[in-house]
This record gives sequence, structure tokens and C-alpha cells, in this order.
Amino acid sequence: MSKFQPLASYRAGQTDDYKLLPLRFSELDADRYLLSNFVGEIHVLDKAVAREFFRHRLPSTSAHYAELKSKHFLLDEDSNVAIDLLALKTRTRLERVSQFTGLHLFVVTLRCEHSCPYCQVSRQNDDKTNFDMSVENSERSLDLVFKSPSPHIKIEFQGGEPLLNFRLIRHIVEGAEARNKIEKRNLDFVIATNLAVISNEILDYCRDHSIHISTSLDGPRDLHNKNRPRPGGDSYERATSGIDKVRAALGRDQISAVMTTTNSSLDRVKDIIDEYVSLSFDSIFLRPLSPYGFAVKTKWYDSYDNEKWLKFYFEGIDYIIDLNRKGVQFKETYASTVLTKMLTPFQPGYVDLMSPAGIGIGALLYNYDGAVYASDESRMLAEMGDNRFRLGTVSDEYETLISSDALLDPLEASFAASAPMCSTCAFEPYCGADPVYHHATQGDYVGRKPLSGFCNRNMSIFKGLITRMESDAYTRRLFTRWANR
Amino acid sequence: MLNLRKSGVQVVYRTDAASPRIFRLTDDPQRPKPLRKSEGFISRNGVMPEGFAWYAMLNASPDTPIPEPSSAVFLPDTFNYLASGDIVRVDAERNNFDVLFQKLAQHHTFLLTERCNHFCLMCSQPPRNVQDGWIVDDILALIPLIERTTPEILFTGGEPTLLGARLVELVRHTKSYLPDTGLHILSNGRAFIDNAFAQTFAEVAHHDLMFGIPIYSDQPERHDYIVQADGAFDETVRGILNLKRNNLRVEIRIVIHKQSYERLAQLSQFIARNLTFVDQVVFMGLEMTGFTKANLDKLWIDPIDYQSQLVDAVNLLADSRIHTSVYNHQLCITDPAIWPYARKSISDWKNEYMSECIGCAVRDNCGGFFSSARFKYSSHIKPILEKALV
Repeated sequence: MSKFQPLASYRAGQTDDYKLLPLRFSELDADRYLLSNFVGEIHVLDKAVAREFFRHRLPSTSAHYAELKSKHFLLDEDSNVAIDLLALKTRTRLERVSQFTGLHLFVVTLRCEHSCPYCQVSRQNDDKTNFDMSVENSERSLDLVFKSPSPHIKIEFQGGEPLLNFRLIRHIVEGAEARNKIEKRNLDFVIATNLAVISNEILDYCRDHSIHISTSLDGPRDLHNKNRPRPGGDSYERATSGIDKVRAALGRDQISAVMTTTNSSLDRVKDIIDEYVSLSFDSIFLRPLSPYGFAVKTKWYDSYDNEKWLKFYFEGIDYIIDLNRKGVQFKETYASTVLTKMLTPFQPGYVDLMSPAGIGIGALLYNYDGAVYASDESRMLAEMGDNRFRLGTVSDEYETLISSDALLDPLEASFAASAPMCSTCAFEPYCGADPVYHHATQGDYVGRKPLSGFCNRNMSIFKGLITRMESDAYTRRLFTRWANR
Repeated sequence: MLNLRKSGVQVVYRTDAASPRIFRLTDDPQRPKPLRKSEGFISRNGVMPEGFAWYAMLNASPDTPIPEPSSAVFLPDTFNYLASGDIVRVDAERNNFDVLFQKLAQHHTFLLTERCNHFCLMCSQPPRNVQDGWIVDDILALIPLIERTTPEILFTGGEPTLLGARLVELVRHTKSYLPDTGLHILSNGRAFIDNAFAQTFAEVAHHDLMFGIPIYSDQPERHDYIVQADGAFDETVRGILNLKRNNLRVEIRIVIHKQSYERLAQLSQFIARNLTFVDQVVFMGLEMTGFTKANLDKLWIDPIDYQSQLVDAVNLLADSRIHTSVYNHQLCITDPAIWPYARKSISDWKNEYMSECIGCAVRDNCGGFFSSARFKYSSHIKPILEKALV
């Protein structure tokens, strides 16, 4: 008799008796279900196999049994450490909520020298200085920023075109740095600018204060200049020469760019991506228009539907995958955010894809006029006359703002895990609540999901990404790398 | 392969000299006098400077006179490798001689106990249920003698945590006497299911401590089978969680064999998803020693036959930004895709190359073999010729 025992003697669940751990499933396509659990683990099953699993009839010898056990979809007599690990992963996913507001947006001016018809922030002409933030209000805002307990503070300067009020940016940067000598947070600065008015003086300052630059680039010259008119029609020339200058002064990775999809972009996704590749960016953020500001007034927002945009998006994703296959390391930012939620235990801090919603607890916005809003979109809505997400003013106490009904009501109402249709949706762990969007489009924080463009668009993106990585090992590995950037 | 121990050695032991049983060697005839009374001199060709506690007599005639009050041990030529800084033990009652520490070796391993609560199918150091607490006493005596420039030492077993508080004492001792030396402890981690025990190690605040802990499968019963201990998987995982809860560093060690290779990628996935905070993961080839020989039919798989699983597993961890290494794998049977992760890891006294390796252009970068691999190794070993490297 051997002193070693066989495998079977360590398999307690001989009887194929198992318990289901909390899980949800949604149809992935005609033949398959997507299973997910509340920490975001994914498993795709043929519908017939899934039914056997749900009925406790999946044999322990099945390959799926091992997968489902490993990913914490089932529990048998062999082991119960899954409970500890699920608890740990839940804490990890929610860690960001406990840290509270990390992103602080300062609208230092609403003035802009561009006149983009799709402008979602309703910019003002650049001679109207009453659309500038006052020094006094900027200081009150900074007081509020450092009331947030977050160990990471990112201050993002927004506009209009924030460089038109660069003196105030300097004032805020230096005020934040002075406060941070005592506060010792991880402090980052970003300026969201079209680069048209950037100067050597500004570049030197950004270098000396480690300020990151985020810019807009809609694609090739003709498309970009059509989307983004300015006096002289040279938005593209100024943006691209600005990118070169920023890289020379601050370093290659100190600038990133985002694009906005217009009707004219729809059949040009490869041109747009090629433009980014040739400017040696290593990522692109393929963004649809949002239902705010001039984009609504000019009807540009209505110029294409979700279906057209999704076709554009996935044509882009497939093209980017192909570029990677050919050795070009390049990724799509929105997909990367979603994939982080799918393939890692971590939660990225992207406001639209957070639940509880990212408003207020993920981001706060200090407007040029001293109003405090729950997010960037909240102030876009306010410029359209809807003050629903105005939390108060910079003269209010931090505690008053953060516990205002204007924030707590939408947070509570929209929490996806308990929202109708979201609560049973297998994609919920990857999605977000976005009460601002649903209020703007349906007059309700939750909204009816079958009518929600947000739901429809994201659901399609989730399915499209999962289908692609399920069917191709190369894509799966590429997506794993994007998820862990 | 070096000879590290010898029984039946001739010893001249002067009990009145209070000679230490464990002492450091030197071959420097100018050694400062205050050090000589606690050290041993490596005596070659009859050179015997005065005042040393011990003389290690190499190839000397057994009737060479030893000056009072010194002691001496007579050693054959196989110990000619002994050098300054080496630490040895002489058991005068049983006439045993052991080299405990070799300064010039790259790896310094100390077995703390032979007892274990696992009975792994591939154990290279089959456990024995013996009272061996004296080993800890010896190591406590030895640590202060170790050269302070030693980069790293390794504690192994048996299962070191069975020593309980004595293991904590050892860690504290290495922190105190070896402030620049890393300490690696191989453990199955189960004892750390007691968070208070894990916490005692954190409280030592050792400057460079890492626990190497095995997980062999994402499937609990398969891990339990490989280590022959029911419930081990759950305890090991909980132990790792407690170590990390206390900010202690953890390495996961995965030995690849017929019982573990199939789900390597799934194991990587499990680690990336659940234990993403571990400090590194190491995949290791099978060592042909101990129980492995007895269980060869259950364990042997030619490494060439698990390369696809290994490549997937390594890539998944590396893509998840977890520090990953492959140990004990010969480059000629390792997929070049994971060469960047292959390390030369075999203890030098175990490390060898085969006749097939003659002419190989990458031998200097290759980990080679455990000397025990002569028993069995891959049938695909072949020299990599310079030309083939492009």
C-alpha cells in the first residue's frame, strides 16, 4: 500500500453536489450566455451547458466545472476560501469609493477662440471676460479640493479654452502646491486645451510644474478643421505643431489626445486612427457626441444614431487589433477602461462607468461663476438651463456640498446594482450609473434602460469586446495587456 | 558537485579549549590574533600559524602534531575547495564534519527542520518526524559568522513555520547580524492562517524578507492531492492573504509536472485575479530527487510537452504586471518566447550540464540541470548553435 493517497481521496465533492454563488447571466448571442459575478469574473457558456449548471447537474468532471469553480461561480465541499476571496475582491473594487473625490475640474474660463458647432460646454466668445473665474473663487475652490480625503488629487483645467486665463491657472497651481506641502497628496495637474494659443512661456511653466496636457484631435486635417472652426481655419495646424512643442518641452508621454465623432467622421475611422499613429500617439479615445450644449442646439448630436456610431467604433477596434498584429502598439482608451473592469480586480476611475455613479464622489467641478457641479456633464447641462446637478457654490462648506440632496438623491436612485434591468444584467459589473445622462435624455436619474442610448451603446461594446476575445487568442492577450496598462 | 559532509573524520578535540563546534575558516596566515581564538585555519602543506582554535588539516598525515590547546580535523582532498569565510561544524563525538556555509557559493540554503505537514508527491527533502530543534541552535550560532556582504540566504525545510516562535527568533537574528542580507523563507504558508503569527514577522520589520509559498493548481483538490494534505489549498491561500495583510512579501512557487501542467494558465488567471498583490511568481522544473523518483510515473512529463501551457501561464502573469520567472529550465527545451523570464537558479553545487550541451552557444545563460537530473531528463536536449541564434 502506497503512502501516497490518490487524487480521488482529496475530492470531497464526489456527488457533484455544489452550490451556486451569486451570479447573473445575459444573452451574449443566440447560442451563448455570458455569466458574471459581482466582482466581475466572466465565463461564457453554451446555453444548454448553462442550464445544466443552473440546475445543479453539471458533472464535476466537466471542464466548465473547474472553470466555474476557479472563477467563484460555484462552491463545493472541497474548499470555501472562495468566500474570503470574493470579499477581498469586492473591497478592492469599491476601494475608490472609500477614497472619495480624486478628480477636481476647474473651469477657469468659458471663453474660447474656437467655434466648434459640436461644443458640449456652450463656450463664449473670447472677449467676454465676465466668463472668467475670479481669483477669490479659485481660492475657495482649492480649499474645497483639499477637503476631499483622497490620497490622489488630480486638478484638471477646463474651459472654454483654459489657456485664455493662464494667469489664473498659475495662481491655482501655486496655491495647490503650497497647500500640498502640508497635505502631501499625490497631486497631478492636467490642462485640457486645443493648443491654439500655447506659448513658450506656458510650456516652460508646465515643464517646471509637471503639468500634463490633454488636447483634442479629431483626425486628418480636413476633418479636424471642418469639425473645429476657428479664425484662420488653422485648428489642425495649431494642434499638431502644439503637440510637437509640448513633446519637445515636456516629454513624449506628457500629452494625450481625445477625438470626438461627428457625422463626417463615421466613414473615416481608419484615417483618424492613422492620424494618431503617424503623430506617434499610442492610444486613441473614440468618443461619441454627448447630448449637451451646442451639440444639441445645432442638431449635430442627432446627426447619427448609436448603430452608426457602434459600427464606426468596432471598425476602429478591429483596425487597431490589426495594427497591433502588425507590430504597432496602440490601444483604444474606452475599451481599455472596460477591459480593466472585466479582466482585473481593479476599478478604473472613469466617471461615466462607475456605480455608485462617479458624480461628486468621483469628480467635482468648480465653475467659472463660483458654482459647484457634480461632474463635467452637470455643468454642460446647467448651461442649457437645467441646474439639477448644481450642488451649491464655492462659498458653501464641503460637507454641505457633498451631502446635498442634489448629489445624494441621484447617487442613491441610480445605483446600478439595484436599478431596474441593471440589477439582473450580467454586464452591470462593467457598466456605470450615469444619472446625468439619463436625466438629460429621459428626465429621470435611472431612466428606462431599453430606451437608454447609454445602455444600448455600452451593452453593445461589452458584447463586442467579449466576443472578440473569446474567439481569438491573440485578441485576448492584447486585451489583457490593455486592461493592465 | 561538491562534497559538503563527511563522517568518520579524524578529530583532535581539546575539550579544555572551549572550542566552538561551529566556526569560520580562514586561509590567511596573517589573520589578526584576536580573531584566531574563535576561528579555524585551513592548513595546506603543513602551514600552521599559531593561536587558531581549529586547524582544518588538508591532506595531512594523521599523526601531524597539533599544538595545545588547539583542536584539529583531518580532511581528504575532496575538501580542498574550502576557502576563507566558509563556516563548518565538527562533531567530535561522532566524527562528523559538515560545511554549513560556503562563502563563494551563489546560493546559501539552510534547512531548519525535517518535519513537515505536507507530504508532496515530488518532495526533494522527504520529511521525517524527528525532534531536530538542535538545528535551530546551530543556525543561531552560525548566523553571526556569516560574511556581512552575503546578498541572500534561504531558509527551507521541512516546514520552517512548524518552529513557531523559534522561526521568528531566527528572522530577528538574521536582521540583527546580517543587515544587508536578504532572507527568503520557503514555507507552505498554512501557519499564517493565524494572523497573529503573520503579524509577529511583520513586527520584526526585517529589511528584506520574502516568503516563497507553493500553489500548484487553481483547483483546491488537485493542490491538496499534490501536497497530500486535505484542506491545504484553503489554508495556504488564507495564509498568503494574511501575510500580504501585514505587508510581508510573498513569492508563489509552482513546480511543473504531470499533475500540475494542464491548468498552469488557469492557475495564472487565478493568481492575477485573486492574489494580484503577490510580489512574484516562479515556475520551476521538477527536481529528480526525494519522492520524485518514487512517483516518477505520476510526475514525469518531458518539459518540451508542456511549453504551450507554460508560455500561456507566463504571458498571462507578465501581461498582468506580475513579476514572473522560470527556474530550472534548460533553454534548448524552453520556448524562446519566455527566455526573458528564464533565470539561472539552480544552487551551484547541484548545477550541471549534460554531454548534449557540448558546443551550445547559450550555455552561459542557461540554468543547466540539477545534478540529480542524470536520473532522468528531457530527451530533447540539444546544443543551440550560434548560427541558429540569428
